[in-house]
Amino acid sequence: MEYAYTFIVLACIFGFFMAWGIGANDVANAMGTSVGSGAVTIKHAIIIAAIFEFSGALLAGGEVTQTIRKGMIDTSSLAGTPELLVFGMLAALLAAAVWLLIASYYGWPVSTTHSIVGAIVGFAAVGIGMEAVKWGKVGTIAMSWVISPVTAGAIAYVLFMSVQKLIIDTTDPFRNAKRYVPYYIFLVGFIITLVTMFKGLKHVGLEVSTFQSYLIAVLVGLGIAGVSKVFINRIKHEPSEDKDFHYTNVEKVFAVLMIVTACAMAFAHGSNDVANAVGPIAAVVGIVESGGAIAAKSALPIWILFLGGIGIVIGLVTYGQRVIATIGSNITELTPSRGFAATLAAATTVVVASGTGMPISTTHTLVGGVLGVGLARGIGALNMRIIRTIFMSWVITLPAGAFLAIVFFYIMKGIFT
Amino acid sequence: MSNYVYRMFGSSPVRPLQEHMGKVYLCAVELVNFFEAVIEQDQARIKAAQEAVVGLEHEADRLKKSLRLSLPKGMFLPVSRRDLLDMLTMQDNIANKSKDIAGLMLGRQMVLPESMAPLFLTYVKRSVDAIAQADTAINELDELVETGFRGKEVVVVEKMIKTLNQIEGDTDEIQIQIRAELFKLEKEMPPVDVMFIYRIIEWVGELADLAQRVGSRLQLMLAK
Repeated sequence: MEYAYTFIVLACIFGFFMAWGIGANDVANAMGTSVGSGAVTIKHAIIIAAIFEFSGALLAGGEVTQTIRKGMIDTSSLAGTPELLVFGMLAALLAAAVWLLIASYYGWPVSTTHSIVGAIVGFAAVGIGMEAVKWGKVGTIAMSWVISPVTAGAIAYVLFMSVQKLIIDTTDPFRNAKRYVPYYIFLVGFIITLVTMFKGLKHVGLEVSTFQSYLIAVLVGLGIAGVSKVFINRIKHEPSEDKDFHYTNVEKVFAVLMIVTACAMAFAHGSNDVANAVGPIAAVVGIVESGGAIAAKSALPIWILFLGGIGIVIGLVTYGQRVIATIGSNITELTPSRGFAATLAAATTVVVASGTGMPISTTHTLVGGVLGVGLARGIGALNMRIIRTIFMSWVITLPAGAFLAIVFFYIMKGIFT
Repeated sequence: MSNYVYRMFGSSPVRPLQEHMGKVYLCAVELVNFFEAVIEQDQARIKAAQEAVVGLEHEADRLKKSLRLSLPKGMFLPVSRRDLLDMLTMQDNIANKSKDIAGLMLGRQMVLPESMAPLFLTYVKRSVDAIAQADTAINELDELVETGFRGKEVVVVEKMIKTLNQIEGDTDEIQIQIRAELFKLEKEMPPVDVMFIYRIIEWVGELADLAQRVGSRLQLMLAK
């Protein structure tokens, strides 16, 4: 194939840029609450986020990457002209990256997932033909965008209610917090590990049975809970701090849980959003390496996930720090007991979505989780205008991504043929 | 770049509401000082106390305005926005009434009959007790949000509201005694002065009524 090397390099540059943007923008979603509640410093938050975003991308990012790479386009009509797919994927990457840049500049709440899906569907429908898009699959993905925030909201509601029943509404909330928080921590470790074991690890070359998966998930859960218990036991009850607000000490116990949940959220984010950057790279690399043939069943090269993971980490180290710093200081309303419920609900939903290969918006899912806690009367004030903004971002991002992708597609076609 | 997940969090109206009630309470406490000065007929102290009441009323007003502005329609709150704004108005009425009482008494250079002075002071103090109790109850609002308006915190607040109602009942009884006392004296006094003392008696009673209504609103918030 002509320009084969150029295509791969271009794909890597665009994809890396995109991954950088994802890391820079979204890292605050996972770590903002922990920093805001004073549970960790910004520096520690960045280190934690880097580790978990990267492992999420590498260990559990495979399924969604495959969906972005070849789940939405029917390539059978492209057997004779594989370069069209290469142009398309490059155009999609560039379109999504450019759109994100514009949106970030104006402060619009856009989702990387929506941009890339809009871009891929756009170039395929216009550049190749309406029949090239697997509308059924795209429909399912669009559905998952509605379902994921709702699910996260429901989980957050139930989680928060359980926290109130077991801990906050009792005669000795501090003691009960110390007693029950380790169980929640176990739950976090167990769920995240289990989903990863079931769906993610094939790409790393690890085959485990169902029983082994459960066993490992239980062990990981117990391990994390055990370590956390050591930290929780160190927290001493300071009656003087409860004078003004009776739950100050209880919230300190929840802060430990908040940190563990933030790790899970970073992992979940890495697992789902890395695909937005590396899915198109994988598609380009796949076509070029097979000498122009569009392989239906090609494995995902692990180095591509690695590249995406590194991109996200560099993004959060170079820029994420600033985003966290601005956020951490003005979310006093989100105490650890609320932050944990919202974040864990979102992380669980996202990891399950990653396992089933659904590219969803982690941010919208987190918004769903926060609303769930709000519905349980747990948050002082929520600005509902954000919901409208999110809806608008949907309506605008999909066509915008598609339009830009179509433009770039024809430009590339013009340059390289 | 700003993150829109965190733009969801509006500033909670709970603390400002508590601060406002705190100011209102201070304003009412100053009123006790004012009555003591009136009984002693210490003109300098009367003037100073009246000015303090007015100053605190202004501060409460300022807090009220800024809280109202921070509650735009799109806010999703754990309590109804309407209840919250009503509560704020009721709290503010307490400060207004305190200001009116001090203003009227200073303006007409009112003197309380010596024989009813101790009972009058008890009456004012009991009304201010009701306001203090309302302040205590309002101070539990942040804990109520923490517990999501459920469980033992609700029981605690309900008990406080019950006490508030009892205090208000006490002021009603004292009011009856005080009116009877004044009725005995009124024939020997200038009629206009008597009329205005009756009005002050009424207004001091209204202070306790208003405090009780703040409690009732809080109870409504618990019920939802």
